[in-house]
Amino acid sequence: MRTIEAGAVTEAVSRLFRQANYGLGDDVLAALERARRDEQSPPGREVIGAILENAAVAAAEGIPLCQDCGTAVVFLEVGQDVHVTGGDLYAAVDEGVRRAYDEGYLRKSIVARPFSARPNTGDNTPAVIHTDIVPGDRLRIRVLPKGGGTENMTRLGMLLPTAGRQGVVDFVVKAVDEAWSQPCPPLIVGVGIGGTAEKAMELAKRALLRGVDEPGPDAETADLEAEILKKVNNLGIGPMGYGGRVTALAVHVESFPAHIGSLPVAVNLQCHSARYRSEVL
Amino acid sequence: MTEVKKVKLPLSEAAVKGLKAGDSVLLSGVLYAARDVAHQRMVVALERGEPLPFDVRGQTVYYMGPSPAPPGRVIGSAGPTTSSRMDAATPRLLAAGLRGMVGKGARSEEVKDAMKRYGAVYFGAVGGTGALLSKRIIKSEVIAYEDLGPEAVLRLEVRDFPATVVNDSRGGDLYEAGKKKYRRD
Repeated sequence: MRTIEAGAVTEAVSRLFRQANYGLGDDVLAALERARRDEQSPPGREVIGAILENAAVAAAEGIPLCQDCGTAVVFLEVGQDVHVTGGDLYAAVDEGVRRAYDEGYLRKSIVARPFSARPNTGDNTPAVIHTDIVPGDRLRIRVLPKGGGTENMTRLGMLLPTAGRQGVVDFVVKAVDEAWSQPCPPLIVGVGIGGTAEKAMELAKRALLRGVDEPGPDAETADLEAEILKKVNNLGIGPMGYGGRVTALAVHVESFPAHIGSLPVAVNLQCHSARYRSEVL
Repeated sequence: MTEVKKVKLPLSEAAVKGLKAGDSVLLSGVLYAARDVAHQRMVVALERGEPLPFDVRGQTVYYMGPSPAPPGRVIGSAGPTTSSRMDAATPRLLAAGLRGMVGKGARSEEVKDAMKRYGAVYFGAVGGTGALLSKRIIKSEVIAYEDLGPEAVLRLEVRDFPATVVNDSRGGDLYEAGKKKYRRD
């Protein structure tokens, strides 16, 4: 049994949200550089140039990449031999979010009672936390500040099982086509296939945590990702929807077994400001 | 690089007529920042015949809610939010005299029709570049709905704020044209 102080979780979460909001990862920057080279449309290239310049300014001057500093989405992988002491684990995560958003001058975008008065919680809490219990004695924390504009473009389809692979491809491409200029392309397209409705949705979100250039876990998945990416980039939407050949930087598919009568497909889009960070305690 | 037009805010009628979809512009002058709830409240105010937080006639609204300004800065990160969420309120504001909008993402047919009817223009700013755009904002003050926090109405002064004409006053649409040009079936 290994002991981890709740305070260490707070510090890590706070650090990660600040890092994520102030700078793009090297994989995202490399993908954007490549996109600028590949993009045929002059306004598309200019948009990608502005995105890269923005990343440099944000990092150098300490201004958040985007005013939408997101919903604080946190994925925890807790080793079953870890004992968290000195406080409630989820409260420790929320305290980390609170500190990052307050001390880091990040926008507080969360409102309580979303169906009625919608008062701002004032500190961007609560975080949306997903927890996995895994073997080992480590605690892995991954954060994803998720912008509202792309999240609003989320789609869930409960397809007929006989719709198969083609049905999945068509559904995902249609979701991106309908989102069109709104979710700040070039995108990373997260796709969750299988399980139940909520399982598919969580897989789609989880897919966004994968490094931009990492292909799916097996050849068949990687092949599906490549086909969807090609079709999405044939839509012509381009960077910020100004027209172009780079609508997505990557398509990431995660799958899970499903019921004999079901083929759930979830699409969760990530804007070009793909801000994720991780740390292992 | 495409040629960039310098455009003064508030927009004149002639300036609106001279802009066409696809034009790159640098905006200088006054912008009013307002988003979801501010639009909802402004429509209610118009319905009740109450005054708006600012005289919208001839003005340009920016769909934006900034991150907090760190010490020594005018404003925090300040890029556009998705414009379609303001579509329902927009024809009403255009009828009241609003002449320009800055945001990101496609507008409804109702908004585009109202833009043609009243002579207005919709500019796109690059979403997710709020750090870069914040450097073109030289003044910011809250003028209404302070209770909304990041959604309060702001009066901004901008200098050479980069944008692209997405919808012009004659029905030109950069998103439609761009998609058509680069789509492969």
